[in-house]
Amino acid sequence: MSTDLLVEPSRQSAGQRALTTFLRSRELSIAIVLVLIVIAATLKRHTFVFSHDGWRDTLLTPSILLLLAVGQMVVIVTRNVDLSVGSVLGITAYATGKIFIANPDTPVVLVFAAGLLIGAVLGAMNGFLVAFFRVPALVVTLGTMYAFRGYLTHQAGSKRIVAGDIPANFEKLGTQQLLTVPVLTLIGLAVLAVVGYYLHTARGGRELYAIGSDPDAAHLYGLNVGRRVFGAFVLSGALAGLAGVFSVARYATAFAGTGRDLELQAVAAVVIGGVAIFGGSGTVWGAAIGAFLLVTINRALPILGISDFWQGAVVGGLIIGAIVLDRVLSLRRAHQLIEARDVTEEEG
Amino acid sequence: MKIRSKRYAAGAVLALVASLGLAGCGSDDSSTAGDSGGGGGGGDATTVTFLPKALGNPYFDTSDAGGKKAVDEFGGTYAEVGPDTIGPDTQVSFIDTAAQQGVNALVVSGNDPQALCDSLNAARDAGTKVVTFDSDVDPTCRDLFINQATAEGIAKVEVDMIAEQIGDSGEVAILSAAANATNQNAWIKIMEQELADNHPDIKLVDTVYGDDDDQTSFDKTAALLSDHPNLKGIISPTTVGIAAAARYLSTSDAKGKVALTGLGTPNQMRDYVEDGTVTEFALWNPGDLGYLAAYAAKALVDGDITGAEGDKFTAGELGDFEVGADATVLLGEPYRFNKDNIADFDF
Repeated sequence: MSTDLLVEPSRQSAGQRALTTFLRSRELSIAIVLVLIVIAATLKRHTFVFSHDGWRDTLLTPSILLLLAVGQMVVIVTRNVDLSVGSVLGITAYATGKIFIANPDTPVVLVFAAGLLIGAVLGAMNGFLVAFFRVPALVVTLGTMYAFRGYLTHQAGSKRIVAGDIPANFEKLGTQQLLTVPVLTLIGLAVLAVVGYYLHTARGGRELYAIGSDPDAAHLYGLNVGRRVFGAFVLSGALAGLAGVFSVARYATAFAGTGRDLELQAVAAVVIGGVAIFGGSGTVWGAAIGAFLLVTINRALPILGISDFWQGAVVGGLIIGAIVLDRVLSLRRAHQLIEARDVTEEEG
Repeated sequence: MKIRSKRYAAGAVLALVASLGLAGCGSDDSSTAGDSGGGGGGGDATTVTFLPKALGNPYFDTSDAGGKKAVDEFGGTYAEVGPDTIGPDTQVSFIDTAAQQGVNALVVSGNDPQALCDSLNAARDAGTKVVTFDSDVDPTCRDLFINQATAEGIAKVEVDMIAEQIGDSGEVAILSAAANATNQNAWIKIMEQELADNHPDIKLVDTVYGDDDDQTSFDKTAALLSDHPNLKGIISPTTVGIAAAARYLSTSDAKGKVALTGLGTPNQMRDYVEDGTVTEFALWNPGDLGYLAAYAAKALVDGDITGAEGDKFTAGELGDFEVGADATVLLGEPYRFNKDNIADFDF
């Protein structure tokens, strides 16, 4: 490969550059893995995609993890992490059930707003501790993960929201489709599009990347690091809250353990999606594909004849593979850049 | 370098978080600790502590409510404690605490047949009578086991129901709880035998594990349906599993085509029986089970029975019971719930 282009990428036309970026992107490689898995499962069992239920589940099942992964990505890109999202999801799921028990006629829009609001408030608690007290996010959100779950267990005790508590129109929303695409997935994709656009183009979005690349440099440069990080946690909380409402719509139940372990799946989706765990690089599109991949693997492996017990191992392998790949690519990139610099210096 | 300057802040917050966490635990326990502590000190009232597999499960909610009813009837002091997740050793700390408080009897549904033994035996050495219900532990580490139904009775009622619903022929699958669940594995073994012996035209094609988690059970049901296009029935011998499977079936193309039966609670299954997804399912009455366990605990504490075969005691409105082999008391036959009678139950 010529090293010239590394030093002076503008020698290529805009179209060529866009194509190279696309072909080299991490998103493309995991998207290919996802497509291969879907094709393999579909070849083995055509109903995996080509049946009403199969098509719906392929799109619908990842919708909850999709929301969590989008929120998690925004936090991770700032070199933080939010481990409390599973507990936040549990609290809003249970609260959603409670709202319906109190008033079965509550408009659905209001329930969604309540979920977002509760999640945002809980996220703000995380953001406040991380951004303004400068406490490592790992510690804060590990703490709030237990604290929120403890609060939920205290509130819910052994009570459970059952299908009879949920009004029929809300239950129906869990599987409702618009032009064969589930409504919950559409909402998830809309969130993805907005967040993706913001991260890619808006000043605030680019600042999140800058903060993740080097928090100290970002601070010295005059960026309001605290405010941006706070905002990232509020967004992550709000999306986890929305995911809690989704969870009730889909499963028609909620209890003290709802959403347990989902936080780790969200982190896994983000890492598999090519977002650097130390922040500063990666895209929300990658995180979204990572979420689809994780969920789809769990559905596809039994069909491919791989037992339940190996599914965890496969997911673990994917995570480690993704991180190793990251490391190899960044080392190779650094090497190429050094080489390119030496060449240009000699020429100069 | 950066880390060093932040070390004190991090330490302070860690301490803060830890103390908040401890404070939270303290307040969780205080309600129950207060109850049983008072009873232990009083001396007169029999103190009975219920320890279900996990809180958050409506089945244990009902069984423990039955236990409370019995304890109230004989004027004892009732308490309920438990972990919020099911795991082999999550119950150990609750057993140790109960033993320290000196409760008269501990009524436990064991998460693991062996892992709890040391703690249970330590509690018994301290004078606490240990009664297991729902899920037994090793017989050497409890005084009495209240059996909700024989494994044979449960396996047979589930096989009978699925055979009736699918016309005694076709492919069926089992959606179980965790892969190491004591009860479910015993039942599945007998169901396999029962199918082979008496239902040669029914083929058991798969057994999957939903871990008693809504999402996992849900996804496993979807996988069963897509894995086995000719599937005619699903047996789910777990209350969480059958409710999740019913929710999935009720919104799928397979509704009405694939029969679903197993063990469920009326409240969780009501909607699905009414909309035709599920025809009939079975369970014993967990309220009666807890009620019987509490009376058995009382009989042990009072010295009326020792757990020897042939010992007899009276359990309030349920009548007379006799201790069978291996210090076991049998509640009775499983009960079938369907469209005609589900409205009569609320648990």
